Amino acid sequence: MLNLYLTNILTPDNLWYLFITVLFILLIAVPVLIGMAMLTWFERKILGWMHLRHGPMYVGPFGLLQPFADAIKLMFKEPFLPDASSKFMYLLAPILIFVPALIAWAVIPMSETSQGVWVLANINLGVLYLLAISSLGVYGILMAGWASNSKYPFLGAVRSGAQMVSYEVSMGLIILSVILLSGSMNLTDIVHAQQGLWFFIPAFPAFVMFLVSILAETNRHPFDLPEAEAELVAGYNTEYSAMGFALFFLGEYIAMITMSAFTTLLFLGGWLPPLNVAPFTWVPGILWFALKVLAILFFMIWVRGTFPRYRYDQLMRLGWKIFLPLSLIWLIITATCVKLHSENGVQPPAPADVKALDQSSEANPVSLGQAA
Amino acid sequence: MIPDLLFLAFSAGILLGATLVIAARNPMVGVMGMILTFLNAAGLFILFGAEFLGLLTIMVYVGAIAVMFLFVLMTIDIDYIKLKEGFAPYLPAGLLVVALLAAELILAAAHSPAQLTPVVVVGQGPQPQNVVALGQVLFTTYALPFQIAGFILLTAMVGAIVLTHRPRNDVKRQNVTAQVLRKREDAMVLTRPKTGAGATAKHWNPKSVAKKVKA
Repeated sequence: MLNLYLTNILTPDNLWYLFITVLFILLIAVPVLIGMAMLTWFERKILGWMHLRHGPMYVGPFGLLQPFADAIKLMFKEPFLPDASSKFMYLLAPILIFVPALIAWAVIPMSETSQGVWVLANINLGVLYLLAISSLGVYGILMAGWASNSKYPFLGAVRSGAQMVSYEVSMGLIILSVILLSGSMNLTDIVHAQQGLWFFIPAFPAFVMFLVSILAETNRHPFDLPEAEAELVAGYNTEYSAMGFALFFLGEYIAMITMSAFTTLLFLGGWLPPLNVAPFTWVPGILWFALKVLAILFFMIWVRGTFPRYRYDQLMRLGWKIFLPLSLIWLIITATCVKLHSENGVQPPAPADVKALDQSSEANPVSLGQAA
Repeated sequence: MIPDLLFLAFSAGILLGATLVIAARNPMVGVMGMILTFLNAAGLFILFGAEFLGLLTIMVYVGAIAVMFLFVLMTIDIDYIKLKEGFAPYLPAGLLVVALLAAELILAAAHSPAQLTPVVVVGQGPQPQNVVALGQVLFTTYALPFQIAGFILLTAMVGAIVLTHRPRNDVKRQNVTAQVLRKREDAMVLTRPKTGAGATAKHWNPKSVAKKVKA
C-alpha cells in the first residue's frame, strides 16, 4: 500500500516539479535573507550619518561585512534557556516569527519579462494571503512573552499583540480601497492596473495612512513600544540569546522588507518604470522594484532618526480613533468614485456571464493527481 | 494521490488540535491546539477549492479571535487546579451529550446521499474566482440576510461595549484638542515682583491674572 503511494507520488514529473519549486524558493529566500542582512547595515549607516557618526566602518569596505560578522557572532553565542520558561513554546516562538515573514514572499511579484511574471505563486487572492500571513506574526511575539515567564517580555508581548491587532483593521480597509481601484486581489493585476497612474497619486491619503500603519505593524519607531528600551529592557526578546534572538531580528527585518514590497505593489506601481518612455524602460523591472522598496525602507529608517517614541495611549488613539474612521471614510469615497467611473473598477458581469459562472463552478473539477 | 495525502495531513492536524484543546492541562497549550485546528481547517478549505474561505478563516479566526483568547488567558490569573475541580459531577452529562452528538453524526453519515469519493481539488482552469462567485450571490440573492447578519453583529458589538464600559473619572486623560488650542496666556504669568514680594504681587496685574481673579 505504502509502496503504491510512493511510486505514484515519486514520478519523474513530480520530482522535477519539486526540484524546480525548491530552486525557485531558494532564488527568492536567499536574496531576501541577504537583503535583510544588508538592511541592518543600511539602517546603522543611515542612522550614523543622521547622528553625525560614521556607522559601521571597520569590517570590510564601508563596514559592508558587519552584518555577516554579527551573524557569525550570534551563531556562536550560548543559547540560553531560562529555568522557569515553558521550554517547548520558548523554542517555538522565534520560529513562529521567522517562518511567516519568509513565506509571505511566495506571492510577491518582483518583475515581469516577456516570459512572464517573476513570482513563485501567482494566486488570485495574493493580497488576502499577505494579510493572513502577516496576522500570524503576532503569535511568535505573544508566545515569546508568555513562555519566557518574565515581566518585561510579558509586557512587551501584550503591548505588541494589542498594537498589531489594532493597526491591522485600518490596514485592511486601506487595502480594500486599493482593491476597489484595481478591481482585483491578484498582486500582479494590481500592478498592471497602475500602468500610467500609480495609485499613490489618486489615493494619497490612503498611501500616507498605510505608511504609518506599516510602521506600527512591524513594531518600528516611533511605534516600537513592544521593545521600548527605556521601559522594557528589550521587550519580548529580553530572555533570548544567540540564534533565538537572531531569528527574532531576522523576522522583524524581513517583515520590514515585506511590508515595503507590499506598499510598493499597492501604491508605487511595483516594477513599472515612472514614465513609460525610452530611458526608463531600459532599466529592468526588478531594479525599479528594488529601488522603490529601498525608498520606503529609507523612509522607515528616516522616521526612526527623526521622531520620538509615541506613548502607548497615543498609539491606540491614533489607531482606533483616527485611522479607523478615516480609512472607513476613504473606503466610502473610493467606492463611490469607482462606481461613478465603473470602467476603472469592478465591472458587473453581463447576465450571460453569470450563467456561465454558475455552470462552470459545478462542472468537472480536475484532481491534482490527474492534472499532473 | 497528493490531495489524498494532504487531506489526511490536514484532518490529522484538526484531530490533534482538537484533542489538545480538551486534553491540555495548561490553557495556553489548549489555545495553541485551537489555532492548529483553525489552520488545518483553512488548509482543508483551500484543498476543496474554497480558497477565499480558507484565507478568511486564517485572517479572522487565527489572526483576530484566537489572539483575543490568548490575550485574555495571558492577562488573567488562572488557578489551574481550581479550574479542574468540579469536573467529575459534570462527567455523566458531558458523556451523554457526546454520545448523542456521535449518534447523530453516525446516523447522518449513514443516511446521507454523499458517496465516499476521492478527494478532489479544483484545477487552475477557467473556474470563476471565489470572490466573484461569492459576491454575485451575497449582494443579490442573499442581500437581505447578509444585511441582517451584519446588524446582528453590530448589535452584539454595541451590547458588549455598553455592558462592559464604565466611565472612570479617576484617570487623567490627554485631550489633544485642548492641548493644541492652549495659548501662552493660559499657561504663563509674566511678573516683575519686588524683591521679597512673591510672584503674584499686586502691583503687576496682566490680563491673564485678571481673568482668573474675576472667575
